[in-house]
Amino acid sequence: MTLESTPHIPSEVPAVELDGLRRDYTVRAAAPGSRRRRRQVVRAVDEITLRIERGEAVGFVGANGAGKSTTIKMLTGILQPSAGSVRVLGREPVPERRRLAREIGVVFGQRSQLWWDLPLRDSYRILGAMHRLTDRAVGERLDRLVEGLDLSGFLDRPVRQLSLGQRMRGEVAAALLHSPALVVLDEPTIGLDMVSKEGLRRFLREDRAERGTTLFLTTHDMGDVERLCERIVVVNTGTIAYDGPLESFRARLGAPRELVVDLAAPREHLELPSAARTLAVEADGIRHRIAFSGQELTVPALLTAIGTQAEVSDLSLTEPAIEDLVRQIYARGGGI
Amino acid sequence: MAEQRDEDRPVSTARMVAMLYGSRIRSQATFRTSFLADLLGQVLIVGTEFLELWVILTQVETLGGMTLSQVAVVYGLGALAFGIGDMFFGEIDGLSAQIRSGRLETLLIRPVPLLLQISSLDLSLRRLGRIGVGLAMYATALGIAGFSPTPATLLLAGLAPLAGALLFGALFTLAGALQFWLVDGREFANAFTYGGNYVATTPGAVFALPMRAFFTFVIPATLIAYAPTLALLDLPGPALVPTWAGWLGLPAALLAWGIALMLWRAGVRRYTGAGG
Repeated sequence: MTLESTPHIPSEVPAVELDGLRRDYTVRAAAPGSRRRRRQVVRAVDEITLRIERGEAVGFVGANGAGKSTTIKMLTGILQPSAGSVRVLGREPVPERRRLAREIGVVFGQRSQLWWDLPLRDSYRILGAMHRLTDRAVGERLDRLVEGLDLSGFLDRPVRQLSLGQRMRGEVAAALLHSPALVVLDEPTIGLDMVSKEGLRRFLREDRAERGTTLFLTTHDMGDVERLCERIVVVNTGTIAYDGPLESFRARLGAPRELVVDLAAPREHLELPSAARTLAVEADGIRHRIAFSGQELTVPALLTAIGTQAEVSDLSLTEPAIEDLVRQIYARGGGI
Repeated sequence: MAEQRDEDRPVSTARMVAMLYGSRIRSQATFRTSFLADLLGQVLIVGTEFLELWVILTQVETLGGMTLSQVAVVYGLGALAFGIGDMFFGEIDGLSAQIRSGRLETLLIRPVPLLLQISSLDLSLRRLGRIGVGLAMYATALGIAGFSPTPATLLLAGLAPLAGALLFGALFTLAGALQFWLVDGREFANAFTYGGNYVATTPGAVFALPMRAFFTFVIPATLIAYAPTLALLDLPGPALVPTWAGWLGLPAALLAWGIALMLWRAGVRRYTGAGG
């Protein structure tokens, strides 16, 4: 993979280096039966040590409150660690926050960084100026982003009028405009429909292949990790519960995905590929619940197999819940 | 062509700043009716406030030793300075809302100083109403009140609104910085910013000595309009505010900015948990 986007950072400098990273919050809460408020220290991140090489794609998953967002804030310089050290692209995030901002791109799935009342296109002009890019660089990069993320239909529409899916594509383009060496995505697909999710994931893969970007992704959605990452880090209560290749994670845990299809006409039985099996047939043969391994079988392939036998009128896809995966990890005694 | 720019030259700081403010101006221009309504509201507020002073002056000959036209100079100058300061920095005291909504985090991941981003994102053009009325009142009242132009007084006449605006900007920034410590300190901070505006637009001699001292040496509101008016019209000042204090606006503004920026940085450090 090439690292042509950031020639000034030597490729042997790791993208992320966390060593014994810790972060405590002080919470003041009223003690029961007392009018005085007591200070309580909550440890959000507890001794996380992690090294991510350049060009890696890492899924950083965990339940709510596991410490994902706190870790992201420490990576981006928004929050100083309570203890331990953090280096991102060789820099210390908090003291070098603004300089680091030119090397990393961040998407906060829950927050917009676009200019709400202006046409989407204007946000890129302004961000380009903030990153001190040349007009040519903005133009060329934007052309690529517009094409890859399919923005052309709404580039001249004010951001507040965009649908969630359109806006999220716009947000990703905003984070990638300055061709960052590290892309941090915090729940980038939250609330998106399946088509939008897939479009976004496809482009993130393409862009990474083209530029050798490092991807750091937090998500609730195992589908994001499966489609984007080679390595998965599972955090639970502020510590790392699993860190390793996605493949072995899958192989050990199984964790099948579940597809629910509603057929146009009732049918008792569906012939399925070997990586899939019927869990249940409901509603007198209309609804079929099918478990399948996302590793061996893609959704389109499975749907094609079903489509030869029956007409599908509706479908939904359930990803294995992160909570279940974490529980399985602990059931196996911590490591895998 | 003048518009032709070098495609391969990175954006200069000046152009970036112009773009940031320009984007905000265009944002506000998209809602024309509500913008005009806001603008009119600002004009009415200034008018009503001055009406109050005028009513007082129909009952008494002078207010704080000043006649109506002299009071109008103080008021116009104060409104002008406050309007400019408020336009650029008036929304910083709402920082706690931005902290709660998480918007601050999206600003922190950009390679541009936070203060510049907030100032441009929250630039409120409706203050142009206040600025316009203030400027008109300032210029007209100066003429009526017997302003005699010399190079020095002309310089001061031009400098005073800008120094005053700078001072208000520093006060707003100070108030904003306080939000890093106070969870919802907007009301507390307003006591100094809007309170400062009230003092600035009133002849300082009406205040009792301790209050006058506070608003001259701690929050230098009397230096914004009252003291420059004394100097411009060559009037004797009361205790603690001599005529020559009219020239102290700019040094006071620079001092206030020094303190404001220090506190702002400490606030950002506190927010990131890097120690205050």
